Amino acid sequence: MSRQSNRTTDSKKMNSELFTLTYGALVTQLCKDYENDEEVNKQLDKMGYNIGVRLIEDFLARSSIGRCQDFRETADVIAKVAFKMYLGTTPSVSNWSPAGDEFSLILENNPLVDFVELPDNHSMLVYSNLLCGVLRGALEMVQMAVDVKFAQDTLRGDNVTEIRMKFIKRIEENLPAGDE
Amino acid sequence: MADEAPFQFLHNEVIQYIYKSADNGETENGRNIAKLENMGFRVGQGLIERLTKDTVRFKDELDIMKFVCKDFWTCVFKKQIDNLRTNHQGIYVLQDNKFRLLSQLSAGKQYLEHAPKYLAFSCGLVRGALSNLGVKSIVTAEVSVMPACKFQIMIQKM
Repeated sequence: MSRQSNRTTDSKKMNSELFTLTYGALVTQLCKDYENDEEVNKQLDKMGYNIGVRLIEDFLARSSIGRCQDFRETADVIAKVAFKMYLGTTPSVSNWSPAGDEFSLILENNPLVDFVELPDNHSMLVYSNLLCGVLRGALEMVQMAVDVKFAQDTLRGDNVTEIRMKFIKRIEENLPAGDE
Repeated sequence: MADEAPFQFLHNEVIQYIYKSADNGETENGRNIAKLENMGFRVGQGLIERLTKDTVRFKDELDIMKFVCKDFWTCVFKKQIDNLRTNHQGIYVLQDNKFRLLSQLSAGKQYLEHAPKYLAFSCGLVRGALSNLGVKSIVTAEVSVMPACKFQIMIQKM
C-alpha cells in the first residue's frame, strides 16, 4: 500500500510549478481576451501591482527587515531576500548608473518561464511583466516610486533576463488636512 | 513556507480579473466559474504529469483517488484530504477541513456566497489531474462552514 518516493524534497519544487503553471494559464487567458500584446502587458503589470501592494506586508512580516538606508540596500534586499524567498532564485544586482538611481536585476533563471515558448505572433508580449508590477507596487508601499521594465528576456532569445529598475522619487506621506 | 504566498496572491488576482472583466449577472457568473475551472483544468493536467513521472502504475480507481488525496493534495494545498468517502459506484467525496484557499476568508457566514469562485479553479485542478490519469469526471465543490469544504467527484464512465 505504500507509494514511497522522495516527496519532501520535491514538494517545494512542485509548489513553484503550481505557481508557474497557474501564471501560464493566466497569460493564456489574457492573450485570448485581448487583441494585442500591449494590452496584455498592461494588464499583467496592473495585476502585478495589486499583488505587490499586498505582498510587501507579507514580506516585511516574514523577513523582519527594517527600513533601508539607501537605494543600494533596497536593491540587495530585493535580490537576496525577496526573490529568494518567493521565487527561489537570487538575481544579481549590476549595471548601476553613475548617479546610483538605476540598476539591473539579472536573472540567470526565471521560474515563470520554466515551461514556456513564445509563439511567433506574440513578439511584443512581455511574458513576465507581472514581476514589474509586483516590484512597483511593493516599493510604492514603502514610499518609493520606481520605474520597472524588462530590458532583456530569455524568451526573446537574450542570454539572460534583465529587469531594469529606476528610482524616481520618495513618496511623501500626505496626511489629510487637520489629521495629526 | 514563503513560497506558497505567490500562488495565493496570484490566485486571488486571477479571480479578480475574471470577475472584473465581465459584470456579474447570473449567466455571467456561470461563465466566469467555467473560465476559472478551465484554467485549473490545464494546470492540473500539467501538475499531475510532473508529479506521477516516477510513481508506479495505479492499481485501480480507488488507488488513483488515494494518490490525489495524499500526494497531489499535499503538493498543492499543503495538507492531506481529511476524509475520503465513496459509494463504490463512481462517486467520491473528498473533505478538507481547512481548505487552504478559503483559510484567508472570514470563517463566518458573511462571505459564504463568494466561496464558489475561490473553489472553481481547484475543481478544475482535480478534474485536470484525474483526466490525465485516464479518469473522466465532473468535480463540484460545496461549503457549508468555512474553511471546511467538500469536493464531490463523479466519475464519467467511458
